[in-house]
Formats: sequence, C-alpha cells, structure tokens
Amino acid sequence: MSLSLSILLTIALAPLVGAILAGLFGKLIGRAGAHTATILGVAIACGLSFYVLYQLVWGGAQNFNQDVYTWFEIGRFHASVGFMIDRLTAMMMVVVTFVSLLVHLYTIGYMAEDPSYQRFFSYISLFTFSMLMLVMSNNFMQLFFGWEAVGLVSYLLIGFWYKRPTAIFANLKAFLVNRVGDFGFLLGISAILYFLGTLDYQTAFDHAPELVGKTLQITQNHAWDAATVIGILLFIGAMGKSAQVPLHVWLPDSMEGPTPISALIHAATMVTAGIFMVARMSPIFELTEGALSFILVIGSTTALFTGLIGIVQNDIKRVIAYSTLSQLGYMTVALGVSAYSGAVFHLMTHAFFKALLFLGAGSVIMGMHHEQDMRYMGGLRKYMPITWITMWVGSLALAGTPFFAGFYSKDAIIEAVGESHRWGAGYAYFCVMAGVFVTSLYSFRLLYMTFHGKERFRVEPAAHGHGHDAHAVHHDAHHDDAHDSHDIAHDDDEHHGTPGVLEHAPHESPLVVTIPLLLLAVPSIIIGGLTVGPMLFGDWFGKAIHVDEANNVLAEVGHEFHGAIAMGLHGFIQLPFLLALAGFIVATVIYLFKPSIADTVKNALKPVYNLLDHKYWIDELYFAVFAKGGVKLGEGLSKVGDAAIIDGAVVNGSATLVQHIAGGVRRLQSGFLFHYVFAMILGLILLLGGYWLIGQ
Amino acid sequence: MITLSHYIVLGAILFCIAVAGLFINRKNVIVLLMAIELMLLAVNTNFVAFSRFFGDVGGQVFVFFILTVAAAESAIGLAILVLLFRNRSTINVAEIDSMKG
Repeated sequence: MSLSLSILLTIALAPLVGAILAGLFGKLIGRAGAHTATILGVAIACGLSFYVLYQLVWGGAQNFNQDVYTWFEIGRFHASVGFMIDRLTAMMMVVVTFVSLLVHLYTIGYMAEDPSYQRFFSYISLFTFSMLMLVMSNNFMQLFFGWEAVGLVSYLLIGFWYKRPTAIFANLKAFLVNRVGDFGFLLGISAILYFLGTLDYQTAFDHAPELVGKTLQITQNHAWDAATVIGILLFIGAMGKSAQVPLHVWLPDSMEGPTPISALIHAATMVTAGIFMVARMSPIFELTEGALSFILVIGSTTALFTGLIGIVQNDIKRVIAYSTLSQLGYMTVALGVSAYSGAVFHLMTHAFFKALLFLGAGSVIMGMHHEQDMRYMGGLRKYMPITWITMWVGSLALAGTPFFAGFYSKDAIIEAVGESHRWGAGYAYFCVMAGVFVTSLYSFRLLYMTFHGKERFRVEPAAHGHGHDAHAVHHDAHHDDAHDSHDIAHDDDEHHGTPGVLEHAPHESPLVVTIPLLLLAVPSIIIGGLTVGPMLFGDWFGKAIHVDEANNVLAEVGHEFHGAIAMGLHGFIQLPFLLALAGFIVATVIYLFKPSIADTVKNALKPVYNLLDHKYWIDELYFAVFAKGGVKLGEGLSKVGDAAIIDGAVVNGSATLVQHIAGGVRRLQSGFLFHYVFAMILGLILLLGGYWLIGQ
Repeated sequence: MITLSHYIVLGAILFCIAVAGLFINRKNVIVLLMAIELMLLAVNTNFVAFSRFFGDVGGQVFVFFILTVAAAESAIGLAILVLLFRNRSTINVAEIDSMKG
C-alpha cells in the first residue's frame, strides 16, 4: 500500500488556502472568519500528517517519492515540484503542523487586541505552508524555494509591528544575515548540480559516492575535495537558518516579533530547517570528515557560548532565545558526530518544550500587561498557576532532567559525542558538558526570577496619573542600564509609564492560551521516553538517514541501551545530570534565597559580565565592520563610482568634450559667404588633386 | 587655327575669374550672382566646344537647358536680393553673417 498523492497535496495546500483566505479576504471574513479558516487549514494538515506518519510506521506504507508538477526543463535539467515522504519527513510534518496548530490556537488569545489580527493569521498559515513544502520536497530546487519562503515569512513576522523602529531593524538584520547563509547554500546546491548533474534527492544520493576523489580547484595551489566543499557550503546555509555562530546574531533580535511566532518560527520549526536539511543530506555529509568536523566545532561553540549569554539577559524572551541558540548548537553537534537521528530526535523534543517555554513566556507577558523584563516580575506563581507549572515542565525538559523529553535527546547527544573520535570531538564534549550546567542555570534563573521570590512589581490602578514622580523613577531605572534599554522589547504598541508598575494585578491567561500550554506540556514530558528506543537506536528512520558503519556512534551508545526507563534511572548517576543539578542548586541559592549574591558576583566578575552582556561584542563588530563598512563602501562607490566616474567622466565628461570640440569648430563657422566659397574651392581642389594622385 | 585647347583654356579662365569674383568680392551680392553666371558660361563654352569637335549635338542641347536654368536662377537670385535689401537695408556681403556660429 502506498500513500496517496491527494492526501499529501491536501497537507501542503490546506494551510495555503487558509493563508490566502485570511490574507486577501481578511476584511470580508472578519476576525473570527480568519482564525477559523486558518486553523481549519492547519488542523486538516495536522490530522493528515498524523495519518501519514501512522501509515508509514504502522500501516506498512511504502515511502513516497514522486514529481507532482514539472516547472520547466532545460536540456537534461528538470525543475519540478515533488514530494519525498519517508519517516524523517513525516515526523517533521507532524512536528510542524502540531506546533503550528497550537500556536494558531494560542494566537487567538495573544493577538486578541491587535488590529492586524487577520494579517497575522495569514502569515503564520503561509509559514506553515512554506515549511511543509521545505520538508516534503524531493529536490534541491523546491528545498531552496521553501527555504527562502520561510525566510520571507520570518522577515514579515519579525517586522509584524512595522511601526516600531526596533522591529524593522531586527527584521532587516535577520534578512541580511540569512542572505549570507543562503549564498553559501545556493553555491552548495550549484556544486551538487555541477558534480552530480541533478537536483533530485534520490538520484543525487544514489550518485553521491561518485563524489569521492573529485576535487575542485578553488585556490591556486590546493584542490579541494568536492564532498567537503559541498558539505561546508550547504552547512553555511544551515548556519544562517539555524543561527549558528557566527551567523547567530539575528535570532535574539527576532524576538521583536509577536511571541507566538517566536515559538513557532524562531524556536520550534524554521530554525531547525538547517538541522533537518543536514540530516536529509546525510548521504552526502557522510562522505566528508572535513565538513563534519567543521559542523562539530561550529555547533559546540554555539552550544556553550550562546548559552552563557542567556545567563545575563533580563528580557524573558531573550533568555529563551539564547537557550534556543544553545540547543540548536547541540543539534548541530549531533550532526557533526554523524548522529543524525540524535539531532532530529533532539529537534523533535526541543520543538515541543521550546514552543512550550515561548508560549509560556508569552502568557507571562500577557499576564504582566506586556512587561518583558524579568527584573520587574517575581512571585507570579500565585497569579498564573497553569503557566507556572507548564513552564516548570518545559524548563525541566530543557535542563535534561531524567524522564523528561529533553533528557533522552540531550543525553544521547552527549554520549554520542563522547564516543566519537572525529577531529574536534574533545572540544565538543567539553562544550556540551559545560552547556548542561549553563542550560540548567539560566533555565532555573528564569523560573525563579519570574515565578518565585518577592514581587518586584507594584500594582497601582492609576499609574499614569503619577506624572513626574513615576517618570523620575523610570528615568533612573533606565539610566543604570543605558545599554539595556534598547534591548528590552516591549511587546505591544502601548507604552506604559514605569517599568514594574502595573495598572491591574497579573492574571492567568484565557483558555485559548493555557490549553496549548497544557497540550505541549504532555509531549514535553513523555515524547522522549516513548520514542527514544526506536528513533535513536532502532532502525526507525530506515534509509532516510544514512550513516557509515565506521561513523555510527549512536550504535555504540546503543549497546548500553536497555529501555527508556533504565536509561532514565541510569541518568541520575551520570555527569550531565550532576551538572544540571549543580546549575539548579546555584540558581536556587542565588535567585531564590540570596538575590544579593547575583550582584556581588556581577561586580566581582565585571569583565566577564560585560563580555556576556555585550554578547562578545559580535553585534558591535558586525556593525562596525559590515554595516559601517557597507555604508563606507557605498559612500565610496557613490562618490567615486557614481559621482566621479559615471556622472563626472561619462555623462558630464562626454558633454564637456562635445562642448569643447564644438567651441573649436564654431570658429570655422564665420557666417561670411566668401569663407564658405573658399572652403568649397579648397575642397574641390583637394578632391580633384586626390583623384588625380590616385589616378597616377 | 583655333583648336579645342583654346576653348578649354578660355573656359578655365572664365571659371577662375568667376571663382575669384566669388571670394575676392566683399561688397556686393549682385557681383556674386554675376560671378555665378560667369561660371555657368564657362561650362557652356566647354560644352559647345566639345560638341563641335566631337560632332555630338547633345552637348549643345545641354547648353540650352543650362541657359534656361541659369535664367530662372538669376530671377530667383535677384528676387532674394530685393527681399534681402528690404529686410537688412544692405547688400554688403561683409555685413551679412547671421549664419555665424
């Protein structure tokens, strides 16, 4: 039995129909119509995705690989739209549509007061469509189109509140940084077309072994291994999309967008596209140790060093954003040691608990009337119990507590790195280990600062009436952290006078918000234990993921695997858990019992704090080098290239030349008849004389 | 004995006088018209001489055409001259330089 094309087409197109209805006919169908149409579209896609996964895993359906539509043909080159559905794709489809569905539901509550309600629903449905096209693709062309489409929607959504300068800055930054990655990605795809002569996945993978031994003359004296070049170029694309160092700078800024899309796009799905892509291309990456080592080093750097930044952030969404970066680093590390299924497994568990954390943060922001600064929170557990408990679940999963989803995936990655002998594995092992401590520290810091301890906000019904007094406080508070003030993104257009002063008491969010939280909390707890056995150590992915026997570190780890429960119990005496526990204890002591320690440490380690607070000055560096450099280059080109050469020399220059020549020539034009006659006679003589000379 | 060369030399002399008249003269537009007539006459002389010596009547037919055209041309030239004088109150060649660049 095989999958039917019409089902697959429905999965992909239902969200598109929803997006078109909500986007183009938003005024006509109204707010309720917009969310009904889009949610219905995504719900259909989600239901059918589950059906497809069920058919593939239990129904005995064959993998599906077929072109649906031929776009154009040039010689032997076919550009087509097609679907390749195997278990890897089906799992991605389920994750994407499930999280998307819950985010759609959540948005009803979160965006209830926004005037651009329909536009938002249209965008997120369009995103779901693009992401589905990306993961379901059976060729590199469609992959690239999906890749760009999700980038476009991400751009639109980061700048959703387009009247806010910070949002426009952030979406431009995201777009530009992604272009850097996409440039590499496009070169990688071109290299595949050049060496293998096809863009079709299956054909390319079948012929991938032919790449061995082929070289590419990039630099003068050194021929580069073709597979390594392709691998690194494709991975540069993944670095942009999955925000790996040094192309990670756009992701924290993307938090300018509304929280639901931070959950959907910038945590659960789009940013994992790079991970998915590398896993999908595993037959190519398996050919090249060099590219995998590159991936390993980049991933481990991202995993540890972006996590460290998360410790010093005060904006609740930014903490989670840096945690996303760090977790993407873990996935990349797994790719780097050839544990592709480990990366995809972590991708899946992470999608659930990170979406949960983001939606929880959104719920907190709503409860706090659009305050995002954790310094003005505290003690919220009394006001919002459901958010509190689900956030705890998400954080425990993130920190890798045994039996939670994140434990299985993260532990497997760490074990796999430990087994690997690839160049850079030692560094990676240190980074992922240290990362566990860091993850636990910032996760629990977030929980304590938000939900526990003293309430650091006041409720004053007429806060706006306070006038001078309130503004003076406001001014002081921001003066202390002048560099922070532009970082704190306020999640709504309405500006409230003083941070930490609320007009109403915090409140629990409505059901449309809390139900998605609860629905995400369930897989955050159980999904890891349920699927770890088959997905990681069994042959669950089949031929979708190809690992060389010699590189199969997960199989090594698998020798010691005796079921999910045993792994969980064993996890309690492992180093990662002890590190996580240490992080938990440190966070508890500092942020729950003795908040003054935080300041003491901050002052004692001023240089380190500054380094982290400025995110290693990478933003400043890029700004100084690329942004300023770009402006300088532009100015130079404008002054020299445009003003001097084009305007000066070419346009005005030719005019001046004509003017000078004409000025000379007009002296000949005396206007006297006898001069003209003289010229005529002279001409005649010359003509005849010349004729006579030639005739000689 | 008068040979063909005599006629041709006469024509050439007439032509040169006409050319000299065209650009030595700086005073009078009428002299220009006269010089042009003289040029045409030089050509006619050649035509007639060749026609007579080669026994081809075609050359003399041509002379009639040229005379006709020359008459028409003189008439138009004089008309222009009259208009020129009316407008500019002068027929001094050295003063007519409105084509100066």
